[in-house]
Amino acid sequence: MSNNPRLRARAVTLAYERRIISADLSVDIPDGSFTVIVGPNASGKSTLLRALARLLSPSSGQIVLDGKEIGKYAAKAVASRIGLLPQSSVAPEGISVFDLVSRGRYPHQSFLRQWSKADEAAVWEAMELTGVADLADRPVDELSGGQRQRVWIGVVLAQETPILLLDEPTTFLDIAHQIELLDLCQHLSRHRGRTLVAVLHDLNHACRYATHMIAMRDGAIVAEGEPAKIITPELVEDVFGLSCMIIDDPVSATPLIVPRPKLR
Amino acid sequence: MLFAVLVGLALVLMLVSLSSGRLPVAATDIWAALVGGASPNVRMVVVEWRLPRVLLALLLGMALGLSGAIFQSLTRNPLGSPDVIGFSTGSYSGALVAMLILGGGPQEMGVGAVIGGLATAMIVYAFAWKNGIQGFRLIVVGIGVSAMLGAFNLWLMRQADLPAALAAAIWGAGTLNGLGQSDVKLVAAVLLALMPLTIALARPMRQLELGDDLAVSTGVSASATRLALLVLGVALMATVTAVSGPITFVALAAPQIARRLAHAPGVPLASSALVGGLMLLAADWLAQHAFASPLPVGTMTVSIGGLYFVGLLLREIRRS
Repeated sequence: MSNNPRLRARAVTLAYERRIISADLSVDIPDGSFTVIVGPNASGKSTLLRALARLLSPSSGQIVLDGKEIGKYAAKAVASRIGLLPQSSVAPEGISVFDLVSRGRYPHQSFLRQWSKADEAAVWEAMELTGVADLADRPVDELSGGQRQRVWIGVVLAQETPILLLDEPTTFLDIAHQIELLDLCQHLSRHRGRTLVAVLHDLNHACRYATHMIAMRDGAIVAEGEPAKIITPELVEDVFGLSCMIIDDPVSATPLIVPRPKLR
Repeated sequence: MLFAVLVGLALVLMLVSLSSGRLPVAATDIWAALVGGASPNVRMVVVEWRLPRVLLALLLGMALGLSGAIFQSLTRNPLGSPDVIGFSTGSYSGALVAMLILGGGPQEMGVGAVIGGLATAMIVYAFAWKNGIQGFRLIVVGIGVSAMLGAFNLWLMRQADLPAALAAAIWGAGTLNGLGQSDVKLVAAVLLALMPLTIALARPMRQLELGDDLAVSTGVSASATRLALLVLGVALMATVTAVSGPITFVALAAPQIARRLAHAPGVPLASSALVGGLMLLAADWLAQHAFASPLPVGTMTVSIGGLYFVGLLLREIRRS
């Protein structure tokens, strides 16, 4: 891994109004990794992700993208490098799957160059990767929650950015679609050279898929590294307040967390 | 296709309006009068009396339709129209203050309407702000502010002396009576300036409909775009208020009708403007000719609009 990853946070303080979420936080996102941020509720995971996506500007410190402070880029220049799947988005009433996924092409278009063959190809590829290509003409309102979530991921994929930030992408998905989505993320980072950063709630999913894990508590990073190297019963107890034992996942040979009941 | 149909319909309606009145004029004579033929009398009736009114109905309706489309897109809600969320009432307040307190004429009233509309927009935004703007919250706050401003407007009129109050009340019903060519020129100039700006902002506006997070992460400057659209929407609506007095319902209904006709996702700008123009043309024709004595067009739109508004509210409540 190179010494200067494309996306990093340097001593940032992140706050909403006056409520400080994280202070003096530094983190590097390894290029080409599938980085997963884990931590209990309100540990600052999403806030960090929002800062990396330039949705929240740090009150001190810097988010650095390709060696330059992220706030100094034009909005579209960031948007052609970093894509974000937010926790909640709004589908305009009556919009079709194809039209919605096409909105991901916005940073590649302008008033004078509105739709090109490259746009068309990117939209179809994104719909195929997320398995919604047969739904292309269907109105998004009529889809199930799981299908809709895959369409939103299609929007971000159509943006064709080298870096993808996903805020709880597996919410609303059933277990089979969760695994399918995580497989897709793994494929993107392994075979397409994309860098992915996802906030995930399921610690076992995180352990299985992450090439780099960031564990957060109270706005601070408690541990980071390859899951097999950092996950210990002590860390889980410390971060989540959960007593557990850790065994080898029989399928992927990654750590598998087995919780112990609190009361016997 | 839809566009052509709407333009055709507008032409037909304009022709009907130009031909009807105390002196009925045949369609062929209208054409002759417009290109400078026909008898001087017919020319006077058609070109000098009826044409400015017909053009104003079209242009003011277009401004209202466009303004409604902008606000419904910004609030992501079919109820988020400037006449519901108080911006037109605020424009009316501004014009009333200019007229009754400062003793200004039409120009001062125009400036007052723009200032009143913008100030109301700022106030409603400030009260509705909670970690960003949420459509439904904005609407509820807007309805409240609108009611307060309505009371303020009444109070202003009660304070004024009788002739001034009467003039204010007549103008306040929203009417195209007594307007002429200079008003047509003013409204046309405003539309010519503001419509291209609105069209230039259409793409980022569409992107904002997806939610701020996604809009920003795809490269939209959300706050700047929102502010620009807000100013454009208020300016369009305030122009109408300044010229004709407040005309409600068109801005509320036109974008939704256009959306259903166009089968478009979100509110379509161009068709909303055209539908708005059509609606005001039709409403003004009805107001002039459907009753024994002519009514102000504002009373026409407000009575149809009341019913539509109740229906829309019921639908929203059922949905949420």
